[in-house]
Amino acid sequence: MENLYLAIPLAPLVGSVIAGFFGAQIGRRGAHTVTILGVAVSFVLSLVVLYQHLYQHAPAVNATLYNWMIVGGIQFQVGFLIDNLTVMMMTVVSFVSLMVHIYTIGYMSDDLENWPKDSLAGVNSYQRFFSYIALFTFSMLMLVMSNNFMQLFFGWEAVGLVSYLLIGFWAVRPSAVYANLKAFIVNRVGDFGFMLGIAAVVMYAGSLNYADVFAKAHLMSTETMSLFPGHNWNVVSVICVLLFVGAMGKSAQIPLHVWLPDSMEGPTPISALIHAATMVTAGIFMVARMSPLYELSESALSLVMVTGALTALLMGLVGIVQNDIKRVIAYSTLSQLGYMTVALGASAYSAAVFHLMTHAFFKALLFLAAGSVIIAMHHEQDMRKMGGLKKYLPITYWTSLIGSLALIGFPGFSGFFSKDTIIDVVHHSTTGGHGFAYLCVLSAVFITAFYTFRLFFLVFHGEPRMDAHTKAHLHEPPWVVWLPLIMLAIPSVFIGGFTIGDVLFGNYFGSAIYISPHHEALAELGKHFHGAWAFMQEGFVGPAFYLAMFGVFSAWFIYMKRPEIAGVIKQKFALIDTLLVKKYYVDELYAWLFGGGSRLLGKGLWTFGDVRFIDGLLVNGSAQLVAWFALVTRRLQTGFLYHYAFAMIIGLLMLFGLGLFR
Amino acid sequence: MTAEIITMGSLNIVTAMPEIFLLIMACLVLLVDLYLPAEKRQLTYLLAQLSLIITLVLMLMNPVTHTTLAFNEFYIHDPLSQVLKSFILIISFGVFVYSRDYLAQRNIFKGEFYVLGLFAIAGMMLMVSANNMLMLYLGLELLSLCLYALVAYNRDNAKASEAAMKYFILGAIASGMLLYGMSIIYGLTGSLKFTDIATAVATGTNSAQHIGLVFGLVFIVVAIGFKLGAVPFHMWIPDVYHGAPTVVTVFIGSAPKLAGFAMFMRLLVEGLGGLQADWQQMVIVLSVLSMAVGNIVAIAQANLKRMLAYSTISHIGFLLLGIIATTPDGYAAAMFYTISYALMALGGFGMIILMARKGFEAENIADFAGLNQRSPWFAFIMSILMLSMAGVPPTLGFWAKVAVISAVIDVNMVWLAILAVIFSIVGVFYYIRIIKVMYFDEATENTPIECGRDMQLTLSTNGLAILALGLYPAALMALCVSVFK
Repeated sequence: MENLYLAIPLAPLVGSVIAGFFGAQIGRRGAHTVTILGVAVSFVLSLVVLYQHLYQHAPAVNATLYNWMIVGGIQFQVGFLIDNLTVMMMTVVSFVSLMVHIYTIGYMSDDLENWPKDSLAGVNSYQRFFSYIALFTFSMLMLVMSNNFMQLFFGWEAVGLVSYLLIGFWAVRPSAVYANLKAFIVNRVGDFGFMLGIAAVVMYAGSLNYADVFAKAHLMSTETMSLFPGHNWNVVSVICVLLFVGAMGKSAQIPLHVWLPDSMEGPTPISALIHAATMVTAGIFMVARMSPLYELSESALSLVMVTGALTALLMGLVGIVQNDIKRVIAYSTLSQLGYMTVALGASAYSAAVFHLMTHAFFKALLFLAAGSVIIAMHHEQDMRKMGGLKKYLPITYWTSLIGSLALIGFPGFSGFFSKDTIIDVVHHSTTGGHGFAYLCVLSAVFITAFYTFRLFFLVFHGEPRMDAHTKAHLHEPPWVVWLPLIMLAIPSVFIGGFTIGDVLFGNYFGSAIYISPHHEALAELGKHFHGAWAFMQEGFVGPAFYLAMFGVFSAWFIYMKRPEIAGVIKQKFALIDTLLVKKYYVDELYAWLFGGGSRLLGKGLWTFGDVRFIDGLLVNGSAQLVAWFALVTRRLQTGFLYHYAFAMIIGLLMLFGLGLFR
Repeated sequence: MTAEIITMGSLNIVTAMPEIFLLIMACLVLLVDLYLPAEKRQLTYLLAQLSLIITLVLMLMNPVTHTTLAFNEFYIHDPLSQVLKSFILIISFGVFVYSRDYLAQRNIFKGEFYVLGLFAIAGMMLMVSANNMLMLYLGLELLSLCLYALVAYNRDNAKASEAAMKYFILGAIASGMLLYGMSIIYGLTGSLKFTDIATAVATGTNSAQHIGLVFGLVFIVVAIGFKLGAVPFHMWIPDVYHGAPTVVTVFIGSAPKLAGFAMFMRLLVEGLGGLQADWQQMVIVLSVLSMAVGNIVAIAQANLKRMLAYSTISHIGFLLLGIIATTPDGYAAAMFYTISYALMALGGFGMIILMARKGFEAENIADFAGLNQRSPWFAFIMSILMLSMAGVPPTLGFWAKVAVISAVIDVNMVWLAILAVIFSIVGVFYYIRIIKVMYFDEATENTPIECGRDMQLTLSTNGLAILALGLYPAALMALCVSVFK
């Protein structure tokens, strides 16, 4: 059994190593074959494990495979915790990854055109890309399968590393290098909090193992720690907030969201796999995994909820003014991550993970569809130069429509079930800030629908706005590209209605997620749940549906029916428009405050600390002092005998003084 | 040193056999040399070396299982004397090897050098084995008089004569002070024997007597400071090291430091151990001043012999650190330092002798420029020597510094250790400068280095020994520690 579990992350790793180190030998075909094989093995085995848990009701497995080291009584281990939460993540990750792998064959086939002709950096880039995404799959699986904080952190950092490598995959583009550095640095900020959180866990629980830590959670919730003299904080609250800071970095929540839009500099398959479906949801997964801790801290839950609500609303608004097709979807991802975070804050961990799953499918679908458009448009990403693509790209068109409907939560589609649940849960929640959060997520429904269909209409409907050359070459991409679209469209439609009963209101998660008796918003909702069909019918009469429909209508009216209105609105609300285009000036603020501040600090330390103090005073100063002293003392050596004898007498007298008057 | 003392008869000549043999050989060499024609002078050299070897063998055949006294308890044979005398003989052997070519090139390859050298060695051995103030004084004077003459050995050289004159006069003053101090101690304790003095000091003195003892102690400390070359009694060292022929400098700079260390141990630790609290203060002052002045003034020197002279002064400061600790480990550390330093000084001045030839003394730092191009091997050996003097691992000098510094830390004189480290950092500058000059500066001349094979071999061994002992310092350290068990 453990060998089976072990094979799931290791298969992609083997593929990655072969494709990475022997890329030149095995060629393109070899590289994609071996990595797809590895991921396919993971996916099939994940399905096996899913089957065991779902239909044979296999118990949760908590097994330690390898003892890395024991330091000061703390065990550093590699181990797996396989329960229903893990199984769901494993299946989703390996499935989306498999689809993206297949898709990549088509997307990266002409990658050599992306590199300068004389650049050696482009050599074997195709194989390298496959190696990276397989490595990502390995890291992500290690992260979700972990049974301890050490391995969690390993996976956390490893996916971060691969994300960094892939955002900057086209390393000859300055914008890509800028974006990957930004992602890396912003994630460092989050990881710093995350590490502090783990350190606090080790300090107070004395173990890295989840089970041990959760067993001590109640004990820890009675302890306080004094971060600043005179202020005592509840230990569990501190741990939860610190861990959430890590989640804020990884899952791009305000104020650490700035890296995700820029990460679109990476190739589109990456945007789909890492920056939409899986890696960015690691923070959500982590918080859900830590539910026994979060349930003990009201203040942490409030923070989580408010952060998520702000992200859901504010980032959605920015999505409205974007013109780059991928950036619109990126902001939509930020907004949807906000939804998940809100659900976490409302103690509806299963709703968050449920939305995570449906979102993984439809958002990957949307990204891959956008990639398909980008291929057809010869790497043109500006929506203002598209339009009327419906007749050229029928498969892409229909799958995009499915993805869009799922995203806006049209009743019946996967996204509807997860998103509507979240909205209802927040409505019933008692967590501090739930009123504000409800307002945010509800208005975000309108905004989501608006920007999603703005994109949809601008790209697929209306008059074609591309140049003649591009237009002449428009055609549906090869099967490796459209097959994953269809494969992802299926769960985007059905998975929600199919699983909602078990996952949200059944006992799917069992002991994997703990919800305190005081936080029963979801259970409250469950009392009124009478099957997916009934839930769907209710959806048609809820406020969310009308808001979404109004959003779609507005998008159609403004961008299709009366395109001139867009310009008018832009002028009337120039202030707000600028604010949104500038993304609330957060980038500028960070660049000024942290970038400028640390440069100022660095310059100050360099000028005063290094040049003046260390180099000037300590190093050169002492050297000059010694040299001066040497020259002076040297003069004492006059060469005259009586001076020498005199020195001896002085020495004699000095010793007398010491001996007699000490 | 509380070993069991056995006296077998009042004379016990056998115990002092090495010294007796050496003195006889010195007289013999003097006589033989008189009747040798100039071209057979090699025989004198060989005889001198042979007598050193046989003396060493004789001494090692006389193992130390217990302390033995001889000549009415004037003479002592104990582990301390055994180890120090062995190294004195080994180092003197090296000095004689280095001297042969140097003297021959300058037409001063005469028997006197070796005769005076042998007498000086005998003087050192007597100092080391003294169990009585008179014996110690006798040995010291025998050594000093020979050294005065050796400094002026190249009598046509004005600088050498001037140096000899200064050394002689200052030495006479120091000698006088020593005698004065000894007589005060004798007057107050009624004995010249170290053990009796120690007993007298320990069995109660009133405050008036104590002041008297301290009075005498100060004179003795001055004399020891002079002999070792501690600041402010160091003034003779730069001038004498500089003025004397390099072969004499290497002799003065190496073996007599071991004798000086013995003088310190016999007089202050064995004899006046009861006044430890008094002399510890004085030695701290001498040590700090020596480290400071030695290291700092060395930086300003362009002459390598003078630089090494100041380096000697700083090393004396360091070895005094071990004694300041006044623990068995501290004494062992000081002894380890002294032996290490004597080996390093032998090599350092040996390099100057190697580079020198007739009419060119190679005593300026600039003369070592580009040595790496001329002789990579000896540039490497010189690097080892300089790194060792600077105290850089993995050389012997590193362990020596570690030993003395940890000795003072063990007795909670951390401030002293910090000072020592600071001065040792200052010192690194001028040692590393030599290495920089050798490897990075352009050679001013390109004549190949020519000298005898014995010299090359000995100098290489000298340098490599410092590296090897640095890699495996345990044996030498264990030897030093065993002396003070």
